[in-house]
Amino acid sequence: MKLKQHASKRTFMKNAACAVVLGLFTMASSQVTAEVNTTGLAVTDDTVTVGILHSLTGTMAISETGAQEAEKLAIKQINEMGGILGRKIKIIQEDGASDWPTFAEKSRKLLVKDKVAAVFGCWTSASRKAALPVFEKENGLLYYPTFYEGLEQSKNVIYTGQEATQQIIDGLNWVAKEKKAKTFYLIGSDYIWPRTSMKIARKHIENVLGGKVVGEEYKPLGNTQFGSVINKIRLKKPDVIYAAVVGGSNVAWFKQLKAAGITSKKQTLLTISVTEDEVLGIGGENLEGFYSIMKYFQSQDNPNNKAFVKAFKEMWGEDSVIGDVTQAAYLGPWLWKAAVEKAGSFDIDKVVAASEKGDIELTTAPEGYVKLHPNHHLWSKARVGRWNKDGQATVVYTSELIEPDPFPKGYQ
Amino acid sequence: MNYFYEKVMGGKSGLTGFIILAVVILVAFPLFLDIFRLNLVGKYLTYAFPAVSLVLLWGYGGILSLGQGVFFGLGGYAMAMFLKLEASSPENTAIQSTPGIPDFMDWNQLTELPWFWVPFESFTFTLLAVIIVPAIFAYIIGAAMFKRRVGGVYFAIITQVIAVILTVLIVGQQGYIGGINGITDLRTLHGWDITTDNAKVIFYYICCLLLLSIVIVGRLILTSKFGSLLLAMRDKEDRVRFSGYDVSHFKIFIFCVASIFSAIGGALFTLQVGFMSPSFVGIVPSIEMVIFCAVGGRMSLIGAIYGALLINFGKTAFSETFPQLWLFLMGGLFIAVVMFFPNGLAGIWNTYGHYITDRLKQLKTVFVMKPSPQEAKQDLG
Repeated sequence: MKLKQHASKRTFMKNAACAVVLGLFTMASSQVTAEVNTTGLAVTDDTVTVGILHSLTGTMAISETGAQEAEKLAIKQINEMGGILGRKIKIIQEDGASDWPTFAEKSRKLLVKDKVAAVFGCWTSASRKAALPVFEKENGLLYYPTFYEGLEQSKNVIYTGQEATQQIIDGLNWVAKEKKAKTFYLIGSDYIWPRTSMKIARKHIENVLGGKVVGEEYKPLGNTQFGSVINKIRLKKPDVIYAAVVGGSNVAWFKQLKAAGITSKKQTLLTISVTEDEVLGIGGENLEGFYSIMKYFQSQDNPNNKAFVKAFKEMWGEDSVIGDVTQAAYLGPWLWKAAVEKAGSFDIDKVVAASEKGDIELTTAPEGYVKLHPNHHLWSKARVGRWNKDGQATVVYTSELIEPDPFPKGYQ
Repeated sequence: MNYFYEKVMGGKSGLTGFIILAVVILVAFPLFLDIFRLNLVGKYLTYAFPAVSLVLLWGYGGILSLGQGVFFGLGGYAMAMFLKLEASSPENTAIQSTPGIPDFMDWNQLTELPWFWVPFESFTFTLLAVIIVPAIFAYIIGAAMFKRRVGGVYFAIITQVIAVILTVLIVGQQGYIGGINGITDLRTLHGWDITTDNAKVIFYYICCLLLLSIVIVGRLILTSKFGSLLLAMRDKEDRVRFSGYDVSHFKIFIFCVASIFSAIGGALFTLQVGFMSPSFVGIVPSIEMVIFCAVGGRMSLIGAIYGALLINFGKTAFSETFPQLWLFLMGGLFIAVVMFFPNGLAGIWNTYGHYITDRLKQLKTVFVMKPSPQEAKQDLG
């Protein structure tokens, strides 16, 4: 795992350190620490402390476990390479407990008490919205891994997942072209991310693709009764079912579809909320032949991903699966490392400034290549995967690199 | 005054408990805790409001409400709506397609402020709403239930259902009340930055003083004739009814009082934590409030406060130390309290407290050889 700007920066740091050592032999190390940390963060001569904040308990634990595992893997690998600016990364982990106020409380604890230099965490939009004011107030730095609704750009957050337009538009173009789809049925869980995503999808279907939305429906989080929606779908016979049902509801949703005889043989279904993690619960046989749009699939065939999957399984067990968010979480520590080395400092303001230059890139990302846009989001590709019985997806389409646009014009 | 001292404060021992509580929360915590921990304690104390309300309602009234979160939420949301409107000035929200309305409305394609938000531009209205809205709501529920003599388990189930309904309503109407994210990012109160350390200390003290006041109000209620009737109703409802009292009126009244107490806690929560979300309205927080009350001792107004503090301290401490295991430790704590101290913390004090008071008395006799006649009289009494 090497980053492009890494080498030159490292030499520079070495030179700088040499100069200091020559000049002030005895005070060398302490001076360096004073230079790279002027705001009182938890940085010593040989360590730097970061926080990991995901739900380890509660309903979200099943989704968030992969993310925190990936973050720990990345940090372990960085430490094995010698750490950041010569300092090993120490982790303080807190439990968000699937409870949004707890995320706010623990964020404040990490920033105020522990003075961590960065936090890798949050999963749902609600937890991010709860923690965001704390990060802005205490001037912390959060690496947020989930694909999300956009409409946000905070100085104190780096978004390593896709914002809604990146995920949605290319996938819709693909299905319109490949499947000659004209009519769409939209269904999602009832909260901000599915609603915003569907809003963007509807505008794109109606205004750009010239298609028609024949139904739009939202079900409460955790809902397990999809009978009425399935009946309506049968009645409307849409070319594509476009779904953003999240979490445990997916199990009921796909099983009931199958029980109603709606399978991939007769029906195209495109979802933006199912990753390998969810398939583990749903069962591959229940959604065989359906499609997901994501930026990453575990089956992606490139050397970066092979090394990543191997390392992940070595650390967390042969049975572990890696979903889109897990991979995005893995990018967090690497992006932070790149920004810190570019800034030559752990100071939040300097790291943010370095991140906003727009030239931080990871050539070794498992998903391929990503680049950090000045708007704090990543340039990335959208991929369409077709699900197989074994719970893995075959990538059938890969887009060009898409520019992140958290405030899309014409889609609001 | 004598009545106040003897009855309301509960004489010497009652007053001692009250003063210890006041000293702990007003002096000891601010002295020994840094601002981060103090703010956390402030948050815990807001949970003590519904816990105290449950002592009145459940401990003395025998009415188990599993829906106090509803009222906590109503108070909290009222305050959050006011703060959100202030945070959504056209300058702050210039990036939106409709500036000047809260961000979540803009995300849900609303283009103007819904009518029921408009009055919340006034702070006076908001303060009144924090008290009146939950009271009216409680009155409607109470009138519908108690007039029909619905009680016991049925009442508990219905309050729980109401908590679910309200949660579903809030989550479903995200354009109007923020959905599952809640109302977040509250920053100022009349231009005063409520996120500063200074503001947090002030809110902490306001919270303490209001909490002490509701304890006094609670004691006033319990020591009045109404308090005796409440106990009588709990133990033999029919006998009270046959004596010519309209039981339902008393029940409605105490239910309204309890709802107001909870709502005040909710409003203070919003001010101290800076947001409100449906996760304080549903079943889980409502049951947690009953647990605070049970752990503290459901017959003790002050015990309930310690219960809320202990459980929340435990939550924070265990989850910081053992992020993966803390729920098991909390479970162990509940089981231990229920098994060994069925009357809660207050029970421990009542059983073992006299050892301490005895020792204090011994010390007193050693140091002050002659007790004053007044004290001697009291000891007799």
